Amino acid sequence: MKADPIGFDASAVGQSLRHESAHLHVSGQALYADDIGLPANTLHAAFGASRIAHGRIVKLDLRRVLSAPGVVAVALPGDIPGHNNYGGIVHDDPIFAEGLVQHVGQPLFAVAATSYRAARKAALLADIEYEELPAILDIRSALAAQSYVIPSQRLVCGEPAEKLAQSPLRLKGSVTIGGQDHFYLEGQIAIALPQEDGAMLIHCSTQHPTEIQHLVALALGRHSYDVTVQCRRMGGGFGGKESQPALLAAAAAILAVKTGRPVKLRLDRDADMIITGKRHDFVADYDVGYDGSGRILALAVMLASRCGYSADLSGPVNDRAICHLDNAYFIEHFEVLSHRCKTHTVSNTAFRGFGGPQGMMVIEAIIDDIARSLRLDPLDVRRLNFYGIGERDFTPYGQQVEDNVLPPIADQLETSSDYRARRLAIAEWNAANAIIKRGIALTPVKFGISFNATIFNQAGALLHVYRDGSVLLNHGGTEMGQGLFTKIAQIVAVEFGLPLAAIRVSATDTSKVPNTSATAASSGSDLNGKAAQAAAQTIRERLVALACAEYTVTPEQVRFADGEVQIGDQRLNFAELVEKAYLARISLSATGYYKTPKIYWDKNLLRGRPFFYFSYGAAVAEVAVDTLTGETSLLRVDILHDVGTSLNPAIDIGQIEGGFLQGAGWLTSEELSWNAKGELKTHAPSTYKIPTARDWPAQFKVALLEQEPNREDTIHRSKAVGEPPFMLAISVLHAIRDACAACGPVGALPDLPSPATPEAVLRAIAGVSGGHS
Amino acid sequence: MAIGSDTSVRFALDGRVVSVDVAEPTTTLLEYLREQAGRTGTKEGCAEGDCGACTVVLGELNGSGGIDYRAVNSCIRFLATIDGKELVTVESLQQGATLHPVQQAMVDCHGSQCGFCTPGFVMSLFALYQQQAQHPKEHQFGDQTASARTEVVDALSGNLCRCTGYRPIIDAGCRMSAYPTPARWSREDAQASSRVTTLASLQRETALTLPGFQAPRTLAAFAAAYQAAPDSLILAGGTDIGLWVTKHLRALPPILYIGEVAELQQLAVSDDSIEIGAAVSLTAAWAAIVEQIPQLAELARRFASPPVRNSGTLCGNLANGSPIGDAMPALIVLGADIELRRGDAVRWLPLEKFYLGYQKKDLQPGEFLTSVRIPKLAPGLIFESYKLSKRIDQDISAVCAAFAITLAGDTISSARIAFGGMAATPVRAPATEAALIGRPFTAATIATAAAKLADDYTPLSDMRASSGYRLQTAMNLLQRFHLQHSGSGTLLRTDEAQAAEAAL
Repeated sequence: MKADPIGFDASAVGQSLRHESAHLHVSGQALYADDIGLPANTLHAAFGASRIAHGRIVKLDLRRVLSAPGVVAVALPGDIPGHNNYGGIVHDDPIFAEGLVQHVGQPLFAVAATSYRAARKAALLADIEYEELPAILDIRSALAAQSYVIPSQRLVCGEPAEKLAQSPLRLKGSVTIGGQDHFYLEGQIAIALPQEDGAMLIHCSTQHPTEIQHLVALALGRHSYDVTVQCRRMGGGFGGKESQPALLAAAAAILAVKTGRPVKLRLDRDADMIITGKRHDFVADYDVGYDGSGRILALAVMLASRCGYSADLSGPVNDRAICHLDNAYFIEHFEVLSHRCKTHTVSNTAFRGFGGPQGMMVIEAIIDDIARSLRLDPLDVRRLNFYGIGERDFTPYGQQVEDNVLPPIADQLETSSDYRARRLAIAEWNAANAIIKRGIALTPVKFGISFNATIFNQAGALLHVYRDGSVLLNHGGTEMGQGLFTKIAQIVAVEFGLPLAAIRVSATDTSKVPNTSATAASSGSDLNGKAAQAAAQTIRERLVALACAEYTVTPEQVRFADGEVQIGDQRLNFAELVEKAYLARISLSATGYYKTPKIYWDKNLLRGRPFFYFSYGAAVAEVAVDTLTGETSLLRVDILHDVGTSLNPAIDIGQIEGGFLQGAGWLTSEELSWNAKGELKTHAPSTYKIPTARDWPAQFKVALLEQEPNREDTIHRSKAVGEPPFMLAISVLHAIRDACAACGPVGALPDLPSPATPEAVLRAIAGVSGGHS
Repeated sequence: MAIGSDTSVRFALDGRVVSVDVAEPTTTLLEYLREQAGRTGTKEGCAEGDCGACTVVLGELNGSGGIDYRAVNSCIRFLATIDGKELVTVESLQQGATLHPVQQAMVDCHGSQCGFCTPGFVMSLFALYQQQAQHPKEHQFGDQTASARTEVVDALSGNLCRCTGYRPIIDAGCRMSAYPTPARWSREDAQASSRVTTLASLQRETALTLPGFQAPRTLAAFAAAYQAAPDSLILAGGTDIGLWVTKHLRALPPILYIGEVAELQQLAVSDDSIEIGAAVSLTAAWAAIVEQIPQLAELARRFASPPVRNSGTLCGNLANGSPIGDAMPALIVLGADIELRRGDAVRWLPLEKFYLGYQKKDLQPGEFLTSVRIPKLAPGLIFESYKLSKRIDQDISAVCAAFAITLAGDTISSARIAFGGMAATPVRAPATEAALIGRPFTAATIATAAAKLADDYTPLSDMRASSGYRLQTAMNLLQRFHLQHSGSGTLLRTDEAQAAEAAL
C-alpha cells in the first residue's frame, strides 16, 4: 500500500494483471482493422509496383488493369488532390512513384476492385516499360559511390586521433550487422471511409495516428480536422507501423475520394515484406586503442547503414545508433562518422531499438575482439570498461550517466547464472568433444529512454467519468500488444481506488486526443501514463473539493479505495460521489498533459541530455554449435533486467522474453536475402525464418532487478521496457562466437557476421580452424 | 434432400449442419469464414500455411466409431474439401462467458500480447487437448515435465508468434489439462454420439460435384474421370496448390479431388513393407513409417508442421516432386516403389526413376500416383536421414540427406545415398556410392568418398544456402553418418550438450 497526500490505494499498480484484451484474444472477439464490419459497397485495393530497382518509367498503360473483372478505378499521381508524399520528415516518399522508380516493389499506382482477389490480380496486368538505370544495392557500394540519403554526421569527444596514436595496443576490424523484417503477424492495412463535407474516417493499424491524419490531409488537400484516424489495436507493430502505414492510408483515401466509396487496402504478406521498410543493416569499421588490461583508451568508428531509397526515419535511427555505440562503456576519446547510405532498395525504417541495437553490436564486437586478443574472459573486459559511478560517467554525447545500476546487475547475474563455473565446464567440454562445441557470453544493455528529438516527448489524455461511476479514458498511445492499455487502466484505477473493470481505455482516435507522438521509443507508458494520471488527478481533485465542501472535511480526510470514497467518517460508493458532482454541476471530464522534464538535444552538434534516464539489463546465453553443419542451439539463458518499479511484472516479463527472442531471431535465423537485381527473395514465412516455439530455450530464468525504483520521477517510478530487452539477445551472438573461437587457436577472432545462420557459423569456424568453408 | 445429388458443400459447425453453395472451387476455408460467415476470429497471417494464424480444427470420423480432431491451415484449404467434416473455429469453444480450458490457460499464463496469432495457437492447443489421452501419459523414463513440454512444442511448431517468445504459450499448453472439465468441448463432448451421428449423416454415396470441382469416391471413378479429362488438376491436401491460388493468383483448371477416394485412404503394413495410399495424410503416413523405421522420427517431426501434415499427403509430396521435398531422399535409398494408374492400367516404378528432371516426371497424360510402398529395413541395413535448414522447425531444407549401407564384416557391401537440395530433383550419388562399395567402413574411405560428392552434384546458390555450403555439409553429413555408426562414441548432437548443461 502506498499513500500520497490525498490518499489512494496503489494496489492495482505493480500487480501481474492480465492483458485487458486477453479474453478477447483467446476467443477471436478482439477486433483488428480487417475485422471491422464495412458497408456493402466497400472496395478493395492493391498496389501496382515497380519490377526493377532503379529506372525511368517510359510507359505506364493501365487499360488492361481497368478492364479486368471487378475493377472500379485506378489511382495515379494525377489523382492525388494534394501532395504526392508520405514522408514524415523529408518529403521524399511519393505515394505513387512518378517518372522515376527507386526500388523493386515501389508503388506506381493503386487499383480498387470489388474483391481483394480481383484487385490483386488486376494490379499485375499493367503494361509498364522502363529505361533501367544502374542500381546501388548494398552499403559498401553506396559508400564507394558516396551515395547518401541525408548528410553524414560526425561526433567527436576528447582527442581520439592523438590518444589512438598513443595507445600501447591497437586493433582494427569490421562488423557486419544484418537487417530484419518486422513480421508483425497482422500485415499492414488501412480503410478509408468517406464522410460528409469532404471528411475522411480512417481505420488503420498504426503506431502513429496523428502522422497519418497529417499526411492524409496533405495528400487530399484538406485540413487536419477533415481527417479522423482510429486504431483500437494492432496485431504487432515493432516500429514497422510507425511511418509505413501512411502509404496505405493515403492510397486508400485517394481511391475513396475518387470513387466516393469506402476502400480497404490490405497488403498480403509478400507485398507487405516487399513494399515496406525493415531494420537497417549496418557495417562498421573500427580502430580501437587499449591497454594490456583491456581498457579502451580511444575509439574511432566509421558507421554506415543502408537507408534505402529515401530518408524516412533514417536520420533519427542513425542518431540513436551513435548514441548507443558506447552501450555500457566509458570511452573518453571517441569519434564516430555516420553515413546514411542511399540504395535502390526499400526505405528502411523504425524497428524496436531504432538503431540502438546496431550501435551496441559494434561496441560489443570490439570488446570481444579486445578480450580474445588479450586472451581474457570477455566478461572481465566488459566489466573493466563499464561506466563508473561518480567517475568515468560521461557519454560521448555529453550526458552524465547518473543512474548506473549495471555493476550490481552484473554481480547478481554472474552469481545467479553460475557463469564462472560454467565457463570452466564449457572449456572442459570443448577439449573433450570434437564435433559439438559450446560457448557462453554475458552482455549488458544500457538503453536511453526518451525520443532523441525533445519535441516528441509530450502526451495527452482525455478522461470522462460517467454518472454510473464508470471511467472512459483515451490517450495518444496505441496498443500493439505491449500492454499499454492495461498499464494505463491500472494507473487510472489507482487514482480513483477503483477496480480495473471500472476503467475502459478506448481506441486511439485523433479526434479525441490531438497532436500525439508515435507510440515508439519505448515511451508509451512513460508519456501517456503520466498524461492519464494528470487527467485523473484533475477529476479527483474536483471530487475531493466537493467532498470537503459537503462534509466539512479536509482533503487529507478523503480517500479513494476499493471502489469507495472515505470522507471523514462517511463512506460513499464512488458512483454516489460522482452523482453528487453531476448534480452540483461539476465537470466530470478532463484532459491531462505531460512533457518529459530535464531533456534537451542539439541535433547538429549531437550533444545534450537526450535521455531522461537509462534502462539497464544483462543476459547470459549458452549455446551449442554443430561444427559439421553450423547449426546452433540455445541451451540456457539467464536474464536480469531493470524496469524500475514494475507497473505490471507479468507484462514486463512478457516484453523481456518476447524482445529477447525477437533479438535472437535477428541475430541467428532471420536472414534477408536480395538477388543481384535488387529483388528480395525472402518475402514470406516460407523463406524468412523467425523463431518458433522450439527455439525458446528449455532452461530460461528471467528476473526483474529488485528494489531499484527509477531515480527520475516517472510514472510510479517505473521504467520503459519495450525496446531494451531486445538487445539482451546480443549475448546469443557472442555465445555462438565463443563456441566458434573454441574451434581455433586461443586468441582467434572468428569472422562471424549477423545473422549467424548455419552457413555463416560454418564459415566462421572454417576461418579459425583452417578448414573448408 | 438426398445427400449425394447435392451440389453444395455440407459440414457440421457448432452443432448445426451448414450447407454452402460454392461458386468458385478455389474459395478457401479462411475466405469463407471471414468474408461469408462473419467469423473473423480466424486470421490471415501469410496465406501460405506457414504462420498458423488461420488454424482451425477439423473433425473426421475415424475407423473406431469416434471422431479425430486435427488442426489445419484454413488459408490454403479449399472450402469444398471440408465436405462431410466437423469444423471447429476459435469462436466455437467458449460457452457463454466461460472460456474453454485451453483459452483460460492462455489468459492465466499471459499467453497473448498483440493477440493476432492467438486464435491459431488456441486451435492448435485445442487439437492437442482433444488428442491427449484422458489421463496424463505414463512416462516410465525421463522427465515428465520435459516430455509434456516437448509434446506441446511439437503441436505448436506450425504457429508463429512475434510477441511473447512462446514461453507463456508453452506453459499454457502444459497446464491446460489441469483445468476442470468444461461443459462444452470436453473430450467426452467432442466424441458425443450426436456429433458422430451428424457426421455419419453427412457422408455421401456419390461424388460431390461443383462447378470446376469433382470429388470421386472410388478409384475406378477417379481414374476414369482423370483419363477423360487429363488436363484436370489433381488436388490432395492442397498444401502446395493452395498457394498457387492465394499467392500466385493462378486460375486453376477443373479440380479432381483425390481425398474422398476410399481405396486411396488405405494404409497397410505387411511383413516386408508399408503401403500408403494417395489420400493418406502425412500425419498418418509418418506415424506408420516411424513405427517401422525409427531413424526417421526426427525427419517426420521436422517435416513441415502439424497443420500441414494433417492436410497434406505423402503421395502428394512425392507426386509434386520438388527438388527440396524432404521425403524423397530417405524413400529413394530405402528402395520405395510407387504405383501409377491410368484408367485400368497399373504399373509400379522405383521412386528414383520417377523424377526425370526439374518438375518433369515419368507420367503419361491421365496417369496418376495412387500409392507408395516402402520396404521395411532389411536386417543389417545401416540407415540415417539428416535435414539441414536455417531453423529447426517448419523450414524447407537447404540440404536433406539419406544414407543406407550394409556391411560384410568391415567392408561396405552396398551403399545407397540420395540428397535433396543438391540438384534439380532428389537424386542418388553414384560416384560417391561407388567409392564406398567394397571398401572398409573407415574414416579414410569416407573422406575419399565424400570428395566424390562434387562429381555427383553441382548444387545451386539461393536464399536458403550457397552452393559451397551445400556441398561442404553434404560431405560433412557423410562424415556424421560414419561417426554415428563406427562406434566412435563421439557426441554428435547439440541436444546432447543440452543434457550436459542440464546436468550441471
